[in-house]
Amino acid sequence: MVSKRKKKYSTGEGAQFMTRKAALKKLQLSLKDFRRICILKGIYPREPRNRKRAQKGAGGIKTLYHTKDIKFLLHEPIIWKLRELKVFQQKIRKARAMREYGKMRKYFSDYPEINIDHIVKERYPTFVDALRDLDDCLTLCFLFSTFPSLKRVPRDQSLLCRRLTVEFMHAIIAAKALRKVFVSVKGYYYQAEIEGQTITWIVPHHFSFKPQNKDEVDFKIMSTFVEFYIMVLGFVNFKLFHSLNLVYPPKLTAGLNSDAEKDLVDEKAYVAERVAAMNMSIARVAGSNEAEELPDIDVFNTEDNDPEKMEEAKKEAEKIKVLKTMFKGLKFFINREVPREPLVFIIRCFGGEVSWDRDHFVGATFDESDESIAYQIVDRPSMDKQYLSRYYVQPQWVFDSVNARTLLPINKYLMGAVLPPHLSPFIDKTKDQVYMPPEQRALNDPNFKPLDDEPSDEEIEEASDEEKEEQSEQEDGEEALARQYKQEMEQDSPSEDDDDDDQDPDKKKAAKEKKKAMAVTTGVPVKEHPYKKEIEDKQAFRLREKLVPKKHRNLYKSMKAGQEKRKKEIWLLRKKRRLHDEKVSEEKKAVKRKQKMQALEA
Amino acid sequence: MPPFKAGLLKRKNVSQESKNSDAEDKNTTSGDEDEELVKGFLDEGDDAADSEHEEDGHSDGERDASHCCLLALEVLFEEHDSTLGDDEHENETSEPESSDLTDSEEGEETDEDEGDSSQDEEHVSSDSGAETGLRPTTSSGEETAGEKDDKKQNKQVTKKKNKQVIKKKNKQVTKMKQEKKRNNKTNSIEVMSATIQEDRLTAPVQQKDEYESGDTSDEEDRTNTVGDIPMWWYNEYPHIGYTLDGQRIIKPPQRDQIDEFLKKCSDPEFWRTVKDPQTGQDVVLAPSDLRLLERLRASRLPSDTHDEYEPWVEWFSREVLATPLRAFPDHKRSFLPSRSEQLAVSKLVHALKMGWTKTRKEMAAEKRKKKERAFYDLWSSSATPATGGARVLPAPKRALPGHAESYNPPAEYLLDDKEMKEWDALAETPWKRKYTFLPQKHSCLRDVEAFPRFVRERFLRCLDLYLAPRALKMRLTINAEDLVPKLPSPRDLQPFPTAEVLQFRGHTDVVRSCDFDPSGQYVVSGSEDGTLRVWESSTGRCVRTVSLGAPVTRVSWSPSSSLCLVSAAAGPRALLLNVQAGAGAHRAARATDRLLAEAPPQHDTRSESPASIHASPPSRVSHPPRSLPPVDERTSSCVEWEEVDATQWALGVRISIKHFKPLTHLSWHARGDYLAATLSEGASRSVVVHQLSRRRSQLPFRRACGLVQAAVFHPRRPLLLVATQRAVRIYDLVKQELSRKLRPGAQWLSSLAVHPGGDHLLLGSYDRKLVWFDLELSARPYRTLRVHGGAVRAVAFHPRYPLFASGGDDPYLVVCHGTVYNDLLTNPLLVPLKQLPAGEAAGALRVLDLRWHPHQPWLLAAGADSTLRLYS
Repeated sequence: MVSKRKKKYSTGEGAQFMTRKAALKKLQLSLKDFRRICILKGIYPREPRNRKRAQKGAGGIKTLYHTKDIKFLLHEPIIWKLRELKVFQQKIRKARAMREYGKMRKYFSDYPEINIDHIVKERYPTFVDALRDLDDCLTLCFLFSTFPSLKRVPRDQSLLCRRLTVEFMHAIIAAKALRKVFVSVKGYYYQAEIEGQTITWIVPHHFSFKPQNKDEVDFKIMSTFVEFYIMVLGFVNFKLFHSLNLVYPPKLTAGLNSDAEKDLVDEKAYVAERVAAMNMSIARVAGSNEAEELPDIDVFNTEDNDPEKMEEAKKEAEKIKVLKTMFKGLKFFINREVPREPLVFIIRCFGGEVSWDRDHFVGATFDESDESIAYQIVDRPSMDKQYLSRYYVQPQWVFDSVNARTLLPINKYLMGAVLPPHLSPFIDKTKDQVYMPPEQRALNDPNFKPLDDEPSDEEIEEASDEEKEEQSEQEDGEEALARQYKQEMEQDSPSEDDDDDDQDPDKKKAAKEKKKAMAVTTGVPVKEHPYKKEIEDKQAFRLREKLVPKKHRNLYKSMKAGQEKRKKEIWLLRKKRRLHDEKVSEEKKAVKRKQKMQALEA
Repeated sequence: MPPFKAGLLKRKNVSQESKNSDAEDKNTTSGDEDEELVKGFLDEGDDAADSEHEEDGHSDGERDASHCCLLALEVLFEEHDSTLGDDEHENETSEPESSDLTDSEEGEETDEDEGDSSQDEEHVSSDSGAETGLRPTTSSGEETAGEKDDKKQNKQVTKKKNKQVIKKKNKQVTKMKQEKKRNNKTNSIEVMSATIQEDRLTAPVQQKDEYESGDTSDEEDRTNTVGDIPMWWYNEYPHIGYTLDGQRIIKPPQRDQIDEFLKKCSDPEFWRTVKDPQTGQDVVLAPSDLRLLERLRASRLPSDTHDEYEPWVEWFSREVLATPLRAFPDHKRSFLPSRSEQLAVSKLVHALKMGWTKTRKEMAAEKRKKKERAFYDLWSSSATPATGGARVLPAPKRALPGHAESYNPPAEYLLDDKEMKEWDALAETPWKRKYTFLPQKHSCLRDVEAFPRFVRERFLRCLDLYLAPRALKMRLTINAEDLVPKLPSPRDLQPFPTAEVLQFRGHTDVVRSCDFDPSGQYVVSGSEDGTLRVWESSTGRCVRTVSLGAPVTRVSWSPSSSLCLVSAAAGPRALLLNVQAGAGAHRAARATDRLLAEAPPQHDTRSESPASIHASPPSRVSHPPRSLPPVDERTSSCVEWEEVDATQWALGVRISIKHFKPLTHLSWHARGDYLAATLSEGASRSVVVHQLSRRRSQLPFRRACGLVQAAVFHPRRPLLLVATQRAVRIYDLVKQELSRKLRPGAQWLSSLAVHPGGDHLLLGSYDRKLVWFDLELSARPYRTLRVHGGAVRAVAFHPRYPLFASGGDDPYLVVCHGTVYNDLLTNPLLVPLKQLPAGEAAGALRVLDLRWHPHQPWLLAAGADSTLRLYS
């Protein structure tokens, strides 16, 4: 008996995947609805191992979805909602066509809402899962919170985004979870650590919204994403607030000052504004102690009991502990021209107190005239009225201090000073083949002395006295020469020592030979020249490279090419830096020379 | 009282006062100037304006308003006249007349006036018109008395005036004046009514038939009864139209030209007399008409009294006026709560109470609440959600920014001119750029502007999240160095040659081959220039030069240490030379000479019939030592053992074997008795084996098996290894069969070397490969080394040290370590040790032969630059 022949592509990879068209047909949805449900449910196309087989023999490149995913979608209750919506839209369209505007308005007011709570739970079964995937959510929500009302973006969506992001920032402040900040040309990068998860998000600079070309950006898609992200962020906020014993939605602790604000027109708006100012701490759940500090339980990875790693982790924890209270007890005043929100957020995250001009934004707590202000953050070259009791620093000082995890010396960041470069805190220092600018190296290694330090010293001295300056310059010059000589000596020493060693015994030998020609002498081990040795090793390695098995040869080549490329990049950066430094020092010298000439003439 | 009513009252009082004052003024001024008065009347006739006010030059807004109202009234009256006129007149007959009236006509007129005024009074009281000052009852008694006197005088004056005017003017004009007067009267209704009252009180009632003198009003009032028709229709007739009774209306007397002329001469008014085509009457234009015409001709507004720019007065404003514009009481129902409304309200209240309807505020709050998302602790319940779908592959996170993205990056990250140019060149294909943004240095934070592509970037990320296909990809976390096999360091594998120490110069052309003598003291080399040279290996001194006449392709020293014999392949000849070099070799040389001086006995050398070979057709190999086949036709046709003449003997040639084709390779058997020669293009006869002791040759193969590159004896066992273009065949000489065939996988083999142990084989190929065979292991290569950049032309094993070397067209010789272990489990250890520079290239060639020193780790290379190089 002949068994029935198996149909092709009924098992294996051919049955595992489905083209988008097939999926649409299976789900009986329009492409628009399918897109929406894919975004909400987090369904995405898959890359098959064998495309030809996955496409059931069809050529070209098609969007393939996993059959399991599509079958999962088939049971989604939202699909029915989408179909209802379709009907509703038809009704609305009809009412409009028939000019029954009252009916139409009624339909609009009764427009069914899609509840996607269960999808959030489904996609993120645990809180930590949600935190892990929060990067995109936060970035998009922060962006949407700056949007005006658009055709495809409902106004209340952007308002809700604003509310939720503010709440999230409050949670971060309360948890003191911020770790790193970075001001880039794209926006402010923040990195926080919640429940062991690192969350990074970007907040755009002011006025980030510009009308976009229709071909470039489709706001409808982004809005659908935001629809989901809003729910995620809302639930995350709720959970965070509760884990921090805060009242959700946030309320102000101090309460409303009863005398002044008794007759508030809109109390809600008043509170929302104060909350958005982020200046005051928000209310805690009754009964929970505010000063309650969880005892630090050092939980480290017990899996690898490497003592070095343990030590490192302990150090890191110690540093973070310091970081959390970095600004504690310090009062900051933010000038009008400084972006308020990022700075308030950062300073409050590390325990500082902030205020700003009363006319600038609501929620200012103290005035500029307050004598206890320690730092005033300014971003202008000079100010008329200055207080002696405080430092006037540029905003970059705050960012750099947070990344350095200490209060950096302010002399480079004073008002009107030329700022040192702002470095990214996200560079992985453990990786090799990473270019580190001299500033970063100086930061990592206190002993490292970049060449720039000398001129900066001179600059400080310049302010004092000219004669002194000259002297010191000479001294500096001498010192530098001496240092250089020493360094050269040290550098040369190994080879020279070798030579000396070689020469000295030779001389001795000669002398000895003169004395007693036939004596047996102790042998002297031949020392290899390190340079030669290196070359030899390199040659040997180059030969050995040729023995890389054929299987890995291409991989090896590409890896090598990558290494070479990185090396070249590093070399290029170093060269550019060197040229730049030289140019700067030349300019400085020229200026100094000119000054001297002028002094002489005078 | 409602505010607007109060306002109305106030206003009324004011108007009364003003009227009083007006009357007084008139008394003082109008006494003598009757003419002017008449003029004034005429002037204002068309305007239908209040004459009293005109005279006083009053032109305030109040007057205008009243003016408007009067116009409205006039229209009304005209309508009434046609219908109710008679009734009214009848009513008015009972009213008293002033005693001053003498002329019936005048009296009638006044009557009419009075009637009109009273009628007006009635009208106004019932009408909704906004008449000012209509209630004389509200004024005080004194005021009314004063007014009465004034009015009397006024009346007398007007009557006088009327008389004069009548005398002068025709009926038409009078009529117009009367109309005017009526208007005046209606304007000053109050005054009239007061007068009438007074008359009632004072004058006795005189009954008089007003139609006594005939109804002249019709005649006076000659109106057009035919309507708007072309008047020439009546040209033929004496009349124009008909009265209500059907009587003809006779045209006024027509004038002929003479009459016309006479009238023109006599009548001073002729110039302003026009004929009314509708009625056929003459009309003398009043000065006001003339003025009007003048103004019209000058295209100005018809009325000069109208001020175009008078200030705007907001009459109907919410302000409460002293004199209300409308002053009738509100209807009663406006004070009473509406029943229907009450019902509706109660309905609404009930619905609100029951919750059937909601207030707007509630609805707004509800809507807001509906829109507001309620968040709760989603992860508190342990209920597991529906799971399904394929395995979740989380999207990769975005790369974190580097220093270049900083708003204030270090100087080295900013693009210089060259990079900037490159950046601009890639404007069309921005994805090929190094960064997605242009690194920029901002001197302060406030200079930083929003990133223009931010929204676009986020959008692309969204697209990635839902459109980009995802797959799990294993990521290598190894270093590149880990892929390089771990091998012992060359330093631990010494000794091996590390540098060039000697160059043997003397040849004038490419050195094809070279060899050490078994003691390692001498070196022999053969070159394209046709010479064979013997050198001292330690000094590089050329000991002897033998010219062989043909390019020497291959030289090799006999492996037997008792003989001093060198084989050389010069063209088609294989020569065995006794080079007689050096002191130590003298005895051996002499022994060799002795051995080779006499030819071996004939029976030995004679080849037997080839039948034996034919007898064993399956084997293509014949074993020379055992069977002694006779020299057959095939062999003899290709090989010839030549006689060595004296000159050649003097050169050192002891044996000369001539082949039918040039030789390419020549190799000794380990014992030194046999010699395997490889001929180029020899086809089936390309390998020949010579036996020196018996001086005979054999062709081991009957059939061609490819291009033979080299044939070599196995150092230990009776095997012959033949390297053809693609394969190496190993023939067992004892069994006379092919024992193995090795496929190195190279395109074209060039050279072959057998490990002194005998179990390993090294092949060099023109396609840059070096192939190591472990004969014990398999027929596949144990390892293929690609250490050369060019064709490999020579390979060699060191007889003692675990070293091998290879050389070819690339600029380096490669010395490798190759340990072979005795146990079968351990594979050979191959370590490339050193690259040695190989001298100049001549054409494509560089190294043609390689030999190791028999005892020392010294390497000799025959170079194409006509030198030999010794490395140690």
